[in-house]
Amino acid sequence: MTPVVEVRGVTKAYGDKPVLRGIDLAVHEHQAVALIGASGSGKSTLLRCIDLLDEIDDGDVLLDGEVITDPSVRPDRVRRRLGMVFQGYNLFPHLTVLQNIVLAPVRAHGTDREEARARALELLDRFGLADRAGDKPDRLSGGQQQRVAIVRALATRPRALLLDEVTSALDPELVGEVLALVRDLKVDGMTMILATHEMSFAAEVADEICFLHEGLIVERGAPERLFEAPEREETRRFLRRLLEAKRL
Amino acid sequence: MDDRRAARAAAKRRRARRGAATATVSTVLVVVLVVWLIGSSPGWPDVRETFFSWEAFRTSFPEVLSGFWLDVKLFVIVELCVLVLGLVVALVRTTTSPALFPLRAFAAAYVDVFRGIPVILLVYLVGFGVPALAFEGAPSDPVFLGGVALTASYTAYVAEVYRAGIDSVHGSQRQAALAVGLTQGQAMRFVILPQAVRRVVPPLLNDFISLQKDVALVAILGPLEAFRVAQIEAASTFNYTPLLAAAMLYLCVTIPMARLVDVVQRRSRAA
Repeated sequence: MTPVVEVRGVTKAYGDKPVLRGIDLAVHEHQAVALIGASGSGKSTLLRCIDLLDEIDDGDVLLDGEVITDPSVRPDRVRRRLGMVFQGYNLFPHLTVLQNIVLAPVRAHGTDREEARARALELLDRFGLADRAGDKPDRLSGGQQQRVAIVRALATRPRALLLDEVTSALDPELVGEVLALVRDLKVDGMTMILATHEMSFAAEVADEICFLHEGLIVERGAPERLFEAPEREETRRFLRRLLEAKRL
Repeated sequence: MDDRRAARAAAKRRRARRGAATATVSTVLVVVLVVWLIGSSPGWPDVRETFFSWEAFRTSFPEVLSGFWLDVKLFVIVELCVLVLGLVVALVRTTTSPALFPLRAFAAAYVDVFRGIPVILLVYLVGFGVPALAFEGAPSDPVFLGGVALTASYTAYVAEVYRAGIDSVHGSQRQAALAVGLTQGQAMRFVILPQAVRRVVPPLLNDFISLQKDVALVAILGPLEAFRVAQIEAASTFNYTPLLAAAMLYLCVTIPMARLVDVVQRRSRAA
């Protein structure tokens, strides 16, 4: 079966500093893959390259079997089929919650405005945000803003959702509500790639964990296997350091 | 506890009252001093007669006022043109496509040149230069040419204001707009520009206050706007009160605009 997202030998450097040094990754329908690793290991860059927000140097990214990193492919067409959620929410501050969500369906997909509104309200309702539909983002808590950002990404019915450290900017007590939403999406069968620092969460939702180290996936596997019996020294060191940090 | 709270509140009230009293006394003192100083100057009786003559004010005011309508019409039209053209120039400057490089270079040069020439010079050059070319059908109406000169100058300023606003919108907004599937143009139109314009409303209004005054510069081309009418009146009666009447009329439009800027600024800070 064709993977929804496939990354083949992707390299990327900022100036002469290599960030991705040959990444291979395949994410199948209904699968969730978690990218873990230290800051600067390339997790976010990889997600941005898949969404064509950063240009890769070498290799290919495929979406449903089609090479999307070809210069002849229009990036906005590709991005319409993917959903991306950022660490800093990046909601549009001048628009209400509802307007944030319907902007892309109406403008980029040509969905009928009423239909888009109905779908947006349905999603907001499902995730307990219906009463905030008319509010501007700055009236919402960080957790609510991030949930709205996820709903905004879902509104266009993406083939896959790219989640870039979606809980890293949140106060600890707000992390739970965002993770609960992602858990729901997993149950729905959403295809997801998530960069995260939350190991227990990664273990819970992901079918596969990829550990990135200096721009390479040095180890990958099912969560039980990777967390219980890491094979590589770099993985062990990373997990040990996380454990120590938690104990402090 | 409650006692101390009441005492604190009382002290606060006392402070406020004392502050208001001090401000009133010092204001009255300064005003009295200034009035006395001017009034006691040797030239005051002459100045009062030539600048503050009620009689001259009354007879000249209707003429000056009718001239002022020309100013009002002119700045409303110029303002609208400047708002649109300034945005166009700013948008051209923010494009990145190599094909548009000539346009971008032209916009940059335009801003440099027209921001760097004094407005009065520009009014002269356009107002007297264009008719001198003697082209068939070239406009020769001084009001029109003066308006063109003002538009050219203020468009350069306003384009820079817009551009500063566009630059001030954080890059993550553009990223998010692209990520949901909008094109570059849609991201600009629906996400970046609305935020940018909101931020630059106060500086835009400031530029319009100065435009409201600078419309008087078209007087040098001859049309009978307020300043020119006042000049003529003053020259024929040897009394400068009409100029004061014109000044008052300008204040009637610039002061409300200045208060509007304050309100908008306060509101945008609160938001």
